[in-house]
Amino acid sequence: MNVFSDYTTQIVALGAMLLGISAGMLGSFVVLKKEALVGDAISHSALPGICLAFMAFGAKDTNLFLFGAVAAGLLSIFVVKTVVKYSKIKFDSALAIILSSFFGLGLVLMTYIQRIPNSNQAGMEKFIFGQASTMLKREVYELLAVGVVLIILIILFWKELKLYVFNPEYADSLGFSTRKISFLLSAMTVLAVVAGLQTVGVILMSAMLVSPAVGARQWTDRLSIMVLLAGIFGGLSGLIGTLISSSVRNMPTGPAIVLVLSIFVLISLVFAPNRGLLWRQIRHYQNVKSIGRDKVLMNLYYLSRQHENEHAHAIEAICMSCDKKIEKQYRQILEKLVEMGYAAQAQKDCYVITTEGRNHLTENGLIKEANYGLL
Amino acid sequence: MVYFEIQLIAVVVVAACAIPGTFLILRQMSMMTDAISHTVLLGIVLAFFVTHDLGSPLLIAGAALMGLFTVYFTEVLNRTKQMSEDSAIGIVFPFLFSIAILLISMLAKNVHLDTRCVLLGELIFAPSQRLVVDGADLGPRALYTMGFILLLNIGFVVIFFKELKLTTFDENLAVALGFSPVIMHYALMSIVSITAVGAFEAVGSVLVIAFMIGPAATAYLLTKDIKKLLILSVLIGAANAIAGFWLAMWIDVSISGMMAVVTGLSFGLVFVFGKDNGLVAIARRRRQQAKEFADLTMLFHIFRHENSPRAEIENGIATISKHLNWKETKIEARAADLIGRGFLVKENKKLILTEAGQSFLALSRSKERAHGFHFRNLLRKIAFVPTHLTSLKKTVPRNVGKLSV
Repeated sequence: MNVFSDYTTQIVALGAMLLGISAGMLGSFVVLKKEALVGDAISHSALPGICLAFMAFGAKDTNLFLFGAVAAGLLSIFVVKTVVKYSKIKFDSALAIILSSFFGLGLVLMTYIQRIPNSNQAGMEKFIFGQASTMLKREVYELLAVGVVLIILIILFWKELKLYVFNPEYADSLGFSTRKISFLLSAMTVLAVVAGLQTVGVILMSAMLVSPAVGARQWTDRLSIMVLLAGIFGGLSGLIGTLISSSVRNMPTGPAIVLVLSIFVLISLVFAPNRGLLWRQIRHYQNVKSIGRDKVLMNLYYLSRQHENEHAHAIEAICMSCDKKIEKQYRQILEKLVEMGYAAQAQKDCYVITTEGRNHLTENGLIKEANYGLL
Repeated sequence: MVYFEIQLIAVVVVAACAIPGTFLILRQMSMMTDAISHTVLLGIVLAFFVTHDLGSPLLIAGAALMGLFTVYFTEVLNRTKQMSEDSAIGIVFPFLFSIAILLISMLAKNVHLDTRCVLLGELIFAPSQRLVVDGADLGPRALYTMGFILLLNIGFVVIFFKELKLTTFDENLAVALGFSPVIMHYALMSIVSITAVGAFEAVGSVLVIAFMIGPAATAYLLTKDIKKLLILSVLIGAANAIAGFWLAMWIDVSISGMMAVVTGLSFGLVFVFGKDNGLVAIARRRRQQAKEFADLTMLFHIFRHENSPRAEIENGIATISKHLNWKETKIEARAADLIGRGFLVKENKKLILTEAGQSFLALSRSKERAHGFHFRNLLRKIAFVPTHLTSLKKTVPRNVGKLSV
């Protein structure tokens, strides 16, 4: 396949992979803090920063754009947190207001720039809609640098971030400054989002942050494993998404990556052990069955207590019904009980509880004493 | 005339948006507007593949349905209890949006479905599409669609006001009384979806979020009454729209963008300078309370030690500063203030209560009682001081100085 040997594809795939890894790892913290949509707000808010940087420096130098975007992103988070802290406005409303008014400001500035003669704004458009296919080697280095910085920060402040995410009050009481940790997390998120803007664009960036983390959350209850898994999911989706988009004609990279991510999330939601929907359904089914078995066993037990010498009872007596359908069900359950050794079959359709069965009931707290007999 | 029409459309749109927006804020579902305003693109694209006509009303229907589907999809993910609601939104809308982008760029490359225009929108073009019946120009089409949606929203809120209020504020009570919060939820979200689609055709998706959430949130800072909230949010929204329009005309920039900016600014203004709950008001109130508390604390301290043998030492400024752990400058400032108000007099470095000061203290003590707040009881709880030590006797044992204030 020429896809793998194509130089541009290699560059883009590498960049998307790096972005996926760093956004995924960081997203774990953001998602656990229940601030998943912060990425969306930051990516929208970055626009006026980019425009202002463009107006101030005029150059097409993307590094300056990045600087403006980071500043605007940080400002937006700061405003959101201030509003939430000092008023009854909730987090989601604050996000929505800041997001829309910052983006509106961005539009205003963009239309203003358009009127400036000789201004080349090609570089700016790229930030809004994202254009992975034109990625340069230099941008990959930038993404690499951002990724390395983020990973180092995560490792350095692992304990603090973990405390802050799960129990900020406890962190406070231990003497950690939650304000500083919160700022650190915000700054890292802004960095990751801004780095990704050029690749996947404003709107899809929030998925890069949220989806890998939600997917990874299903597989484990340990933060370290979750962060690693989220990084892997993000990286893999970046890689696979780029490869797919470059082998199909006219397929944009950003949406392809997001689709692959969504597939990862779907698989995790359904198939992850313990938390997955499939497993939950299976466990539910097993519970229903085991409760049914215990119920039948209890019937056998009480029947056995009614007589001095214990003898087998016919299936009609056990299920107390002459409905053929219910009888059939009981027969199946009784056969299973015989197989498990909890009951014994005396003759056709006649069953009796065994000592093992009695022990099983006692162990599960369904009957009080192992010794039976008339009281 | 065009100016007037644009403003009229904007005001109608903002009124139609602010009404469901109020309930979105109260239900903490603001970001749903963000999701819906993006995913409607997929609805439009899918409907286009069915009709192959960009002017078809089916596009609007498809978009509204997609909005509802977004809500449902989010709800399904949310109900698995495997993720929080905002994560569900954060997964659903980029997913649907990227499907839309993929479809457009792969299958409809030649069609003029401008994603930029859909997303950013421009109010200036809204009056150019006219409603023409029998050759007679009846005005801009957006005015009629949004006017209809506005009436729909008003009707919905008026008819289901009780149900909306109940399910918004107390879901459990609503269930107990036999109302279905689920039906109200989807009814409201249908309204939001239809409004978002209608509005974003006229003004673009960013402005939909600004119009829905901004005015309602600003009004929410100003009032607690839900009826006032609804009316106020419409008024604020209209003011934002008109101010935004003229500002945009003046600087010659994007009208939608400017309206969003003004919405944000008006929220910021109320947030900072609001009468009771603004940042400035909070800061001022806190300073005032700190001052009053300091005054009382100091007066009580002087009162306590007034006739004791150590009064000379205890009521000197340096000692008060040490015992209360305040800076001397603060003590001096408070003392000067209290002397000015006639509560204290200064006699060679010792502070003495005046008649006025004593009656002021007595008054504030009775006030504390009236409010059920007993300074002494509180002190006893905190410091485990025996009752006889905290009682305000004129002669106080010597060792109390450091324990009590």
